[in-house]
Amino acid sequence: MTLDSKIPEGPLAEKWDNHRFKMKLVNPANKRKHTVIVVGSGLAGASASASMAELGYNVKCFCYQDSPRRAHSIAAQGGINAAKNYQNDGDSVLRLFYDTVKGGDYRSREANVYRLAQVSVNIIDQCVAQGVPFAREYGGVLANRSFGGAQVSRTFYARGQTGQQLLLGAYQALERQIGLGKVKMYPRTEMLDLVVIDGQARGIITRDMITGKIESHAADAVVLATGGYGNVFYLSTNAKGCNVTAIWRAHKRGAFFGNPCYTQIHPTCIPVTGSHQSKLTLMSESLRNDGRIWVPKEAGDKRHPNDIPEAERDYYLERKYPSFGNLVPRDVASRNAKMVCDEGRGVGESGLGVYLDFRDAIKRLGENVIRERYGNLFHMYQKITDENPYQVPMRIYPAVHYTMGGLWVDYNLMSNLPGLHVIGEANFSDHGANRLGASALMQGLADGYFVLPYTIGDYLASAKPKAVDTSHPEFKRVEDEVKQRINRLLSINGSRTVDSFHKELGEIMWNYCGMSRDEAGLKQALERIPQLREEFWNDVRVLGGADTLNQSLEKAGRVADFMELAELMCTDALMRSESCGGHFREESQTPEGEALRDDDNFAFVAAWEYTGPGQVPVLHKEELDFEYVQLTQRSYK
Amino acid sequence: MDLTLKVWRQPNANTPGQIVTYAAKNVSPNMSFLEMLDVVNEGLIAKGEEPIAFDHDCREGICGACSMVINGLPHGPQRGTTACQLHMRAFKDGDEIYIEPWRAKPFPVIKDLIVDRSAFDRIIAAGGFISVGTGSPPDANALPIGKEVADLAMDAAACIGCGACVAACPNGSAMLFTSAKVAHLNMLPQGQPERDERTLKMVSQMDAEGFGNCTNYAECQAVCPKEIDIQFIAKMNRDLIMAAARHGTKKGTGKTEAL
Ligand SMILES: Cc1cc2nc3c(=O)[nH]c(=O)nc-3n(C[C@H](O)[C@H](O)[C@H](O)COP(=O)(O)OP(=O)(O)OC[C@H]3O[C@@H](n4cnc5c(N)ncnc54)[C@H](O)[C@@H]3O)c2cc1C
Ligand code: FES
Repeated sequence: MTLDSKIPEGPLAEKWDNHRFKMKLVNPANKRKHTVIVVGSGLAGASASASMAELGYNVKCFCYQDSPRRAHSIAAQGGINAAKNYQNDGDSVLRLFYDTVKGGDYRSREANVYRLAQVSVNIIDQCVAQGVPFAREYGGVLANRSFGGAQVSRTFYARGQTGQQLLLGAYQALERQIGLGKVKMYPRTEMLDLVVIDGQARGIITRDMITGKIESHAADAVVLATGGYGNVFYLSTNAKGCNVTAIWRAHKRGAFFGNPCYTQIHPTCIPVTGSHQSKLTLMSESLRNDGRIWVPKEAGDKRHPNDIPEAERDYYLERKYPSFGNLVPRDVASRNAKMVCDEGRGVGESGLGVYLDFRDAIKRLGENVIRERYGNLFHMYQKITDENPYQVPMRIYPAVHYTMGGLWVDYNLMSNLPGLHVIGEANFSDHGANRLGASALMQGLADGYFVLPYTIGDYLASAKPKAVDTSHPEFKRVEDEVKQRINRLLSINGSRTVDSFHKELGEIMWNYCGMSRDEAGLKQALERIPQLREEFWNDVRVLGGADTLNQSLEKAGRVADFMELAELMCTDALMRSESCGGHFREESQTPEGEALRDDDNFAFVAAWEYTGPGQVPVLHKEELDFEYVQLTQRSYK
Repeated sequence: MDLTLKVWRQPNANTPGQIVTYAAKNVSPNMSFLEMLDVVNEGLIAKGEEPIAFDHDCREGICGACSMVINGLPHGPQRGTTACQLHMRAFKDGDEIYIEPWRAKPFPVIKDLIVDRSAFDRIIAAGGFISVGTGSPPDANALPIGKEVADLAMDAAACIGCGACVAACPNGSAMLFTSAKVAHLNMLPQGQPERDERTLKMVSQMDAEGFGNCTNYAECQAVCPKEIDIQFIAKMNRDLIMAAARHGTKKGTGKTEAL
């Protein structure tokens, strides 16, 4: 099997236009004969569902929360990028494209990234038309800020609640289509498997999370928009329910998993306070625009931060990266925080923290300006830590935040399984080995509003899927498998809770497949994970029944999938013996300790094929050709 | 610290519930309220008892999933704070804490602390949007919007749809929730063409769901984790009267006392 990325011919800037022209269209009258399943109601899923319904398709949309409005996109704080160049500071589609490819450490597909930069401008127009209340200047025009690693101000925002406002815009468009009867919404419904018939994705098996009813849904195409799998680490900035189940089950049914090991560790999160910790809270990276990051020069300096004189502080990012300073990309900022903490210079009780200090910005701009810019974030910080960041520097530490990996998709956002499309964070996407700030919201909405609604039409018009309904025996067969698995989980009745397994898995992943990785550690993890999985299946305790609301059962199913995914992540990390972006291999670094890529051997997307339980997965490589961007060692010095 | 919890347990919608007492021991002041419940749940599972079911997801005060009445107050004692952002330092050793679900007719209990809030989605589906399909709208900066208007629209749009306003209101009214969306969209130039229709339809859906009247208790504003201002209710009432006058339709919805 060779992977065909289906990148259109022609010059970079014309590929998407040419492709759109060549794509087959579905006749308007025929659209209403097609049903499309969309799993997920985040930015990607809600925008795709609404847009496809507007075109005339019948859409069935699923989410596990009680309302589509609560998808995890709601939590995004900082902003969304677009190459509008409203600030006249030299931004352009080409520059956004270039920054994204470079920021991703040259491990993404040029054609996809270029298209993303192109449609970014339409996203802002669309959202404003929907009534998204972006921040504005006094003259009434839209405001922008610069964001993690960018030297232009191209980030649009709505206070610290950009994700919320963008999602509510998409959710409202979705609700409108629900009201019109074009979308049937299934909240509190979890997808537990994919149904493949004659090589095409034709439906899903779901569990009603209130009644426990297992149901089949058939369609002409299936779209997965189920978000990221950062919760494999247990502690992450993701919502508690974020999971890998939908894409993992699809992987087990034949869809290739792309770059599973690429994980983004976000540099600015509130440090862990104890073993009760259930999740980590992000402090938006926009704070790095005005906050200065430092640790004491001396290891073990336990003085109150305000008592440490200027000369005894090490503003290590400004020192090491004079041209980017505190605005270096996330992977660089995170790794440097880990380094200073490893040297014993970390702050706070646990020693796992660095200061993010607003003293100088408050002096320069006044407390009111800082409050205007970051008031809600400061408020949130104070609520959680009981410390006032206007007076004492914040303490921050890196945390798992985003997964660049996901199901492999071609230029049309279709996986190698015909009919199975994957959008948003769930696909392996456009961010290469590291995502730039404010680019996930952009990608989710690009996929959902402006790419998938076209490409799905091309698929339906060319593949002409035959009529299939849930009476097909394959649905019954997969339903039975799903039920058996649930019954198995409920019948173990062992001695340990699901959470205790999840925490242990998370620790293994954080220690060996986290901010830095090496061969010995990954091999150890690969030994330990299958043992833990075995223990899980023998000793987990899941109380309650199958046919009621059962949160332990929901968690157990998700953790079981994380256990399998974890092994694939470590396998991928071990195979990729270079460092790139968020994937830092100890064995591959420059003399200054920066990530050292190996372009001769690793300029490819790793797409893994599932070959059966306990079997070694098969690696397929999609070579990455760079026609427009020259590969250089990333430098932010 | 050690606490005594009095928790509403109800197996499902059709079985009556009751308060059950649990001990929460060694609670750290740095725990969030939900983390405290996590620890209690781990203990229950170890004893072979089913854990307490509660809605939650983001645990950072933005998704609106968490929903519990703590000592009589939706989301608990701290102003402008969701249950997931409430930390145990707000309590002291020996405290007795009552934890109950939202109580309102249009929010039936599903299990323990989990209720059905789908009525809110239906209010949005009735008109809480601007009818613009995905396509090529005009350039975003073609329509300047003054900062004050944009900021006020954002104040209203900050609602997380948790339902605390309904749970706090002696009448079980959903006016704060509904008016926040109406105000957000009705304030913006993009929202003008559908202004009347939106107001009429959303209010009428709100009535149909069985939410009660607003009689100006203002409890909703007091418990709202996003501190949404009740001025939006007054705004919606004005819009409603104008819309009803212009369209000659009904609808003295009975909700207009809050003028
Ligand atoms: C705290 C935080 C802050 C962030 N800030 C920013 C930012 O400022 N800028 C930026 O660009 N990006 C940011 N990101 C990243 C960005 O928010 C996400 O990558 C993006 O929103 C993902 O959108 P999505 O639509 O792909 O998935 P999600 O929004 O996660 O939606 C997933 C959907 O899938 C559903 N689902 C999942 N599994 C199942 C299943 N098995 N069955 C049924 N339904 C299922 C869920 O119910 C949900 O509806 C942030 C992320 C976090 C965690
Ligand atoms: S869990 Fe999301 S607001 Fe509390």
